[in-house]
This record gives sequence, C-alpha cells and structure tokens, in this order.
Amino acid sequence: MAATDFHFVRDEMAPVLPPPAATGGLVGWVRNNLFSSLTNTILTLIGVIILRLLFEPLVKFAFINAMWTGENREACLGHHGACWPYITDYFSQFIYGRYPISERWRVDIVFAVFALGLVPLLVPSAPFKRANVIFMLIVFPVGSFFLLTGGFGMEIVETSNWGGLLVTLVIAVTGIAASLPIGIVLALGRRSKMPVVRLVSVIFIEFWRGVPLVTVLFMSSVMLPLFLPEGVNFDKLLRALIGVTLFASAYMAEVVRGGLQAIPKGQYEGAMALGLRYWQMMGLIIMPQALKLVIPGIVNTFIGLFKDTTLVLIIGLFDLLGQIQSSYTDPTWATPTQSHTGYLFAAATYWAFCFSMSRYSIFMERRLHTGHKR
Amino acid sequence: MAIQEHSATEKPSRGSLLHDPWVRGLFYQVVVVGLVVALGWEIISNTMANLARQNIASGFDFLDYTAGFGIIQALVHYTETSSYGRALYVGFLNTVLVAAIGVLFATILGFIAGVARLSSNWIIAKLAYLYVEILRNIPLLLQIFFWYFAVLRSVPSPRNSVTFLESIFINNRGIYTPRAIFQEGGTLIGAAFLIGIVGSIVLHMWARKRQEETGQPFPSVLSALGLIIGLPVIAFFVTGMPVTVEYPVLRGFNFVGGLKLTPEFVALVLALSIYTASFIAEIVRAGILAVSHGQTEAANALGLRPRPTLRLVVIPQAMRVIIPPLTSQYLNLTKNSSLAVAIAYPDLVSVGGTVLNQTGQAIEVVGVWMLIYLSLSLTTSAFMNWYNQRMALVER
Amino acid sequence: MTIKFLPLAMGAALGMAVTAASGATLDDVKAKGFVQCGVSQGLPGFSNPDSAGNWSGLDVDYCRALAAAIFNDGAAVKFTPLSAKERFTALGTGEIDILSRNTTWTMTRDTTLGLNFVGVDYYDGQGFMARKSLGVSSALELSGAAVCTNTGTTTELNVADYFRANNMPYDVVAFEKSDEVVQAYDAGRCDVYTTDAFGLYAQRLKLANPDEHMVLPEIISKEPFGPVVRQGDDEWFNIAKWTLFALVNAEELGVTKANVDEMKSSDNPAIKRLLGIEGSFGETIGLTNDWAYNIIKAVGNYGEVFDANVGPDTPLGISRGLNALWSKGGIMYAPPIR
Repeated sequence: MAATDFHFVRDEMAPVLPPPAATGGLVGWVRNNLFSSLTNTILTLIGVIILRLLFEPLVKFAFINAMWTGENREACLGHHGACWPYITDYFSQFIYGRYPISERWRVDIVFAVFALGLVPLLVPSAPFKRANVIFMLIVFPVGSFFLLTGGFGMEIVETSNWGGLLVTLVIAVTGIAASLPIGIVLALGRRSKMPVVRLVSVIFIEFWRGVPLVTVLFMSSVMLPLFLPEGVNFDKLLRALIGVTLFASAYMAEVVRGGLQAIPKGQYEGAMALGLRYWQMMGLIIMPQALKLVIPGIVNTFIGLFKDTTLVLIIGLFDLLGQIQSSYTDPTWATPTQSHTGYLFAAATYWAFCFSMSRYSIFMERRLHTGHKR
Repeated sequence: MAIQEHSATEKPSRGSLLHDPWVRGLFYQVVVVGLVVALGWEIISNTMANLARQNIASGFDFLDYTAGFGIIQALVHYTETSSYGRALYVGFLNTVLVAAIGVLFATILGFIAGVARLSSNWIIAKLAYLYVEILRNIPLLLQIFFWYFAVLRSVPSPRNSVTFLESIFINNRGIYTPRAIFQEGGTLIGAAFLIGIVGSIVLHMWARKRQEETGQPFPSVLSALGLIIGLPVIAFFVTGMPVTVEYPVLRGFNFVGGLKLTPEFVALVLALSIYTASFIAEIVRAGILAVSHGQTEAANALGLRPRPTLRLVVIPQAMRVIIPPLTSQYLNLTKNSSLAVAIAYPDLVSVGGTVLNQTGQAIEVVGVWMLIYLSLSLTTSAFMNWYNQRMALVER
Repeated sequence: MTIKFLPLAMGAALGMAVTAASGATLDDVKAKGFVQCGVSQGLPGFSNPDSAGNWSGLDVDYCRALAAAIFNDGAAVKFTPLSAKERFTALGTGEIDILSRNTTWTMTRDTTLGLNFVGVDYYDGQGFMARKSLGVSSALELSGAAVCTNTGTTTELNVADYFRANNMPYDVVAFEKSDEVVQAYDAGRCDVYTTDAFGLYAQRLKLANPDEHMVLPEIISKEPFGPVVRQGDDEWFNIAKWTLFALVNAEELGVTKANVDEMKSSDNPAIKRLLGIEGSFGETIGLTNDWAYNIIKAVGNYGEVFDANVGPDTPLGISRGLNALWSKGGIMYAPPIR
C-alpha cells in the first residue's frame, strides 16, 4: 500500500487559513451593505458626498451659526445662520394671526378640544367610536365656529383677523370634513345605474379634478360673488372654504369610489337578498366596510389638502406661510437671513404635521391589510 | 341628497308603477336634471343681473384689444402691442413648456430615486428614503419660494457671472447659453431628423416582425439612435454647415443674445420636478415590488441573463402597475405649474391674472383657464389611457 | 345640487358673513352701524395694519372721516384688506361700501366697471428705484434693464409704454404681491424697481440696506388716487365726495383738529358754512349739519392727515409736492361749500 504512489492524496496538512470575513457585527454589516462590490463602493462614496453637501450647510445654518437670543435685528446682523429670536418674537402671530391677544384663549380651547377629540378617533382600539364621530362632525364644528367668530357675549372676531396655523387648520379640517359627505354622494352617483346621475357625477368630479386649485381659489374669490343674488355676500374665508371644499370633494369621491370597488359583489347581493333598500344597503352594509377601507386614502387626501392650504396666500388670506411672509416686511427683524429662517420654520412645521399623518396612514394601511388577508 | 329625501317620502303601498325600478330611476333622473338646470339657471340669471347692474362688459371682444404689458418669456412673437388673446396664448405655451420639461425631469429623477430606494447599498437606499420623506411632506409653494429666493440670492450679478468656456453664463438674471441659428439649408437638417425618426419606427416594426418569425433579435435601439443622430449630422456636413452659433454678450446691464433661461423658469422646473419626483419614486418602488419574485426566478430558470430579465420580464410588468398613478402625477405636475403665479413666471394663470385685472372680465378669464386646464388634463389622461391599454395584460 | 345650498344654508343659519345690501348704501350703513371700507393688504402710509390689527394710513383716515361724517364716530368703520384683483368685484357686489385703496383713476375703470371715482386724495406718478452701484442717474439710461413690478396694475402698462416710447428694450418681471417684488429686487433679480413714487419710498424701508438704493428723478405717469363707490347711488356718491372736499377745504380755511372748537365761533362765513353754524349743507346730503365738524374732530384736515401718515416727519418722508393746496403751489383743490 505504502509503495503505491497516490498522487492525489495529500500527505501534509493544508496551511491554516484566516477565518472567513465577518458576516455579522458592524464590520460585516458595513462590508455587506456598503462595500460589497466596486460599484457599491463608488455608490457609497457618492452617497456620502451628497449627504455632506446637503446636510452640512443645513446644520451650520440652523444650529452652528444660528443666533438664539436677541431683541431685534441687531442681534442677528453679521451672523450667517438662522435668526431664531425672530421666530420666538413672532411665534404667537404665526399661530393665531392677528386674533386679538385677549381673546386667544378661545383658539386655545378649540385646539385643545380638537386634539382631545381626534386622538381617540385615530386610535383604532378606543371605545365609543360612533359618539366620537358625531362629536367631531357636528358638535365640534358648530361649537368652535361660535367660539372662534364670537357672539353670545363674546367679542366678535372678524375672519380677516384670523391667521397663521389657525387658518391653515380651519381650512384643512373644514375642507376635509365638508368634502367627505359630498364625496360619498358623488362616489355613489358615479357608480349609480342611472345614466343621468352618473353623468352629472362624472362631469362634476372630472371638472374639479381637471383644474388647478389656484384657479379654483381665484374663481371663488372673484367669480363667486357674481353668482350670488344681489345683496348676498360671503366672507372671504368662507369663499375660500367653498372653493377648497368643492375641490377636495372631487378627490374624496374618487377615494370613496376606490373603497366601494373593493367591496366584493357578494356583499351587495347578500344585502339585496335580505330585502334591504338601496340606502339601507349602502348605509348598513357597504359604506361601513368601504369607509374603513379608505381611511388611509382619506388621510392622504388630508395631507394633500393640508399642504395645499398654502395656496390661499395667493388670494390674500394669511395662512401659516402667508403670515410668515407678511412678517418679512417688519423692519425690526429685517436681516439677510430672515426669509431663510422663516421658510425653514415653515418647512419644519408643515413637515412635522404631514410626516406624522403619513406615518399614521401607513399604520392604518398595514392594519387594514392584515385584516383582509384570509 | 335630494334622492335620499325623496326615497324617504315614498310610500311602498301605492300603485305598482312606483315599484317599477325603471320608472323610479326615470323619476330620480328627472329630479336631478331639474335640480342641475335650476342651479345653473339661478347662477346664470344672478350673474347676468349682477353684470348688468354693475355695468361690466361681457363677451370675448377683449381678446382682440391691445394688451399693453410686456411678458418676459415668450415662445412666439409677442410685443406690448399684441392682443390679449395673443398674451394668453403666450401664457399657455409657457405652461406647456414648463409642464413638459418638468415631467421629463420628474420622471428621470423619480425612477432613479425609486430604484435607489430598493438599492442593496444602505446609504443610497437611506438617502433616497430621506429625499422622498422630506420633500413630499413640504408644501410645493414653499419649495418654489425656496428655490426662487434662496437660489436667486446665492448667484452673482451679471457683471460677476459664473462662466463656463466663455460661452455659458450663470447670474441672477438667468442662465445664458449659446444658441444655434439655422440658415439656408437648415430645413434639410430638420428633414433629415424627421426621416431618422420615421425610419427608426419602420425599422423597429420590421425588427419586431423578424424576431417573431425567426427569433433573431435585431439591435433596433442602437440603430435607431444611429439614424436619428447620424442622418442630421450627415445632412449638416453635406449642406455645408449652415449653422451659426450666437453667443450671449454682456451689453449694458444684461446679457444679450443666446438662449436665456429665466430664474423663474429654472426655479419652477426645479421645484416641480423635485417635488413630483418624490411621489414618482414611491410609485416606481411599489411597481417594482409588485412584480413577484417568482417571475425573476422563472426568467433565470429559462436562462435569461440579468439585463434581459429586467428589460423583458420585470419592467414591462412593473410598468403596468406604475402607469396609472404616474399619469395622475403628470396631471398634478401640470396643474401645479399654475403656482408660477407666485414667482412671476408668465404662465397661463399669471398672464390671465393680469388680463383679468386690466379688463375686469373675471368670468371670461376664469372660463379660459378652466377650459384650457381641463383640455390639457383630458388630453394627457387620454394619451396615458391609450398607452396603458397597450401595456395592459393581454389575456390569452 | 348639495353644493349650492350647503354654503347658503351654512351662512344663513349661522349668520356668518351674509350681509344684505340694498340700493341705498347710506341706509344700509346706518342700519349696520359702521362703514365697511376696502383697503390694501398692507402698504405703509396708505393702509397698513400693526401687529394688533389696528389700521392706519391716508386711505384709512379717509374712511374714518367718512364714518365720522355719518356716525360722529371715527371708529365706526371696519376694514377689508383686498388684493388688486379683488378690489372692484368686492365693491361691485356690495361686500364693501367704499374702496379706499390707492386706486388710480382711469377712464376704463370709471366707465366700464360700474364704478364712480369720488375725487383725488393723493396725486402720484410712477417712478424708478435703482441700486446706486448701477451708476445711472436717469431712467433714460435704463436700456436693456430688467424691471421688477406688480402685475395687474397700471404701473405694468406705464412701464411698457415708457420703454417703448423711448425705444429701449427691457425685461419685465411682474409679481402678484408687493412683498415678493421687493424681495426679488433685493435679491438682485432686477436692475430697477418701478411703482408709484410713494410706494418706492415705502418699499425702500423694507430693503436690507436702504441707503444703497436711489429713486430716479423721472416720473413717467399720472397716478391720481381716489376713493371709489358704486355707480347708481348718488346720495352715497355725494357723501363720499364731500367728505373728501371737507378735508381739503378745512385745510384751506386753517381749521385743524386742535382748533376746530374755537373755529366754531369764527366770523369767517366760509368756516361757518363748513362747520354747520350757517346753512344746512349737511342735511342736503342726508347727514347732520355738523358733519364736517365731526370729520375734522376725528381725523383733522387733509394736511394733518397727510403729515401724520406720509409727511416729512414719518418714515416715508414724502414732501407735499403736487399734493400741496392750490394756493401753496400744488394742485389739491376742492369746490367751495356754499
């Protein structure tokens, strides 16, 4: 045996190899995710450069070079960063606009009630949903309307004095709350078997979806007064609200239609087999399911509307962005960085609102999704 | 709403005609028509009364009157002595221009960002994620203001322009580039270009037919590129290079000559495409994720290489999911271009606003706006529907 | 169908914002107890709100004078800020009773929009502002310049006419809001900024370094500003007209806010007629005879209003110029009360 020369049998130990490169731990992660190949390495480098180009100036402007305290423009002149005391000084105007200072508690109450009513509505497991919805859709709007405009012994505050976040929220919330019922009717109309009803709904929806919001707002501010009988006039804010509501209801109709289409035909047939009439079928069987399905869609429409409220500044209402812009004319704070600071504040505020809402929408989407997986 | 009230008052015990769905349907429709007509009549009569009472002129005669104002960017010939109608036409073309270029950039950027979000490279994926989540949650108007004012402040004045190769100048009046001016024989180059396009379409059809019959692929994309670029280049030299280049020159306060992109246009295109691309990125990502992994595996099993797999299997299926929402993003971009009014870009709304102000004819001007945007929207969606149908799943 | 009735019902049921206006503006105004006055969205010196929402300015004081003439209370007035686009519609539909918003009197506006201009409360003309570093001393050197202005105003047309008449090419950048024009000019988008001359002085205050800019000497247009009312209500037209004339006459007669009580015992028959001691001029326009007294008591005479809002001692620092009385080298002139 030993004499036989088996060349393919190894008679010495192979050299000890180093352990394989780490696939776990930080090093391994970096290697796998950032430098796995030449292209990947180049991409990583490009990414790092872009990140640096974008965020270095931002961080420098907002924090490192920023001025944090001061009385007027003197404090910020000469700094190349944000002028935060200007925001502090104007903060209450950005929230309330020119709402009289002594009456601002009314706005605070509305904000607080809104938050208190909204949170349990958004949490899927919170009880008393029906009462909550009724409260938010009927009691709250009427109550806050009187609280904000005045009357009943309270000083009357003209809507031309409203401004800032107050106007932004009023327009967005009213727009979405008023467009929901109109949108439901339109969605049902579009799926109706009656050709005329369908045609009217389709024309209405496609008309408002086909034109930009700016022209709708111009229309509501310069054309709507001509449509009304002599002597009837709407408040400027109300006119904007009508325009926004009509616009939003067309989008809402399409969202609701999506929900209606997702309901299996068997549900309709089952309801009809039970002898339910059209409105009973819709109200008791179809709508509760469809509306639940479209909650993410409604939230997304709301996000869009919330961002679109900025357009009202073009027709001369002072929403948050409009209020910030109008503060640029104040010579007390006029510095080269004033407008950047204002826009940065606006961007951060809008982003915080929209981002949290979109997170909620995604959360609801996941929740609803699992519910429908069989 | 009206339907509800009526159905509530309906008594089922009455004659059988009432239970006839056809009769009931007819009744409701008549009610709806009646309400719509009544509402329309009410609006029209109120408007007529208001206009008569206020002595406001009506009709479209004003379209022929002299506009009298200047417009900074006109694609067709326009002077202050042109008519209001012409001014609106200039505005309309500017809207189309900014929308078309915005759509182009938004699509490119959106596809890049969408694919980047799925990248295996952590930094690239996170960068795309940050981009999408930050940009789409900030109002577009704010972004337009940012691009306009922030960028305007950070570029130099004309006398200190940033210069590339002595021919491209960037300053706070715009971006100036050389412009090619075609002289005699220039039409031949254009003709060659058109022939190139037609030729490549024909070639593509032939190549497709051949592949279906024989299975032999033909590099139609490359040859099309060759035709479209090569033919005009040949024509260019054959006709004796009939093109002169006009360079921008600093004269007085500003540059004269060359091609000029105004800061308004640049800011608007930037803001519109960056904003819309953040939505397109999500659409693209969802579209790619919607193609099940089994498709890729099956393609691999058939022996397709990664590139053909992507080109022939993944992308066509992803496009089916992508196109419908992409259409609505294109429409949104077109409609959002009306925000130009905030930064003085002379689009349809901006020019129309000036006309409205000078003539006081609100109804006519708003009517023109609505009509044009509606037709733009309907045309775009009709085209995309047609495209979508072509791409749709053909069930055999 | 829901659409129409929803807002109507909402407005009617909640009593919000639905105002009724019939033919007689004076009766409506008396019934609601205040004058609804349309003003600008913020133009220092003419109509500008402070941070507490109190309005001040020349246009604002005219409305206060009108309120004083009717109610003997200069505070019985509410202000509606309006954009250039909205202003005429707002007046036409009765949303406001009077428009006092630095509005230029032109023939088209007077004749085709169903409006009547009451008179002129400020004579202005359009001017140019440029950076001193540009090195120009006259508007005629502006060939090829980029010009920033407001869209939809007469200034946009005037600048077009001016440059065309002088054969100068130019680029116009027209913005919707004055704030944006100023921001863009300040950022260097334009070589010159053109608007009504007073506006240049007002807007210059908003620039980062006002001293680096100068107003060029040329005035290229006539811009007579005046309050506007609806056509077809002569009673209201008369009240608005004579409120303005009373302000000017008071200055001419030397009656001021401070001395108006003493002047009541003056022997000058013109002053007696103005202050309602003699004659019943107030009653002929549907007011009380002490209407002019109330006006002067509330806001002072035209000169005082001018000095308080735009005069040399204000940040605007505008001299009287054309707006001086006719007897003092200007063209401000009012028909006599007799």
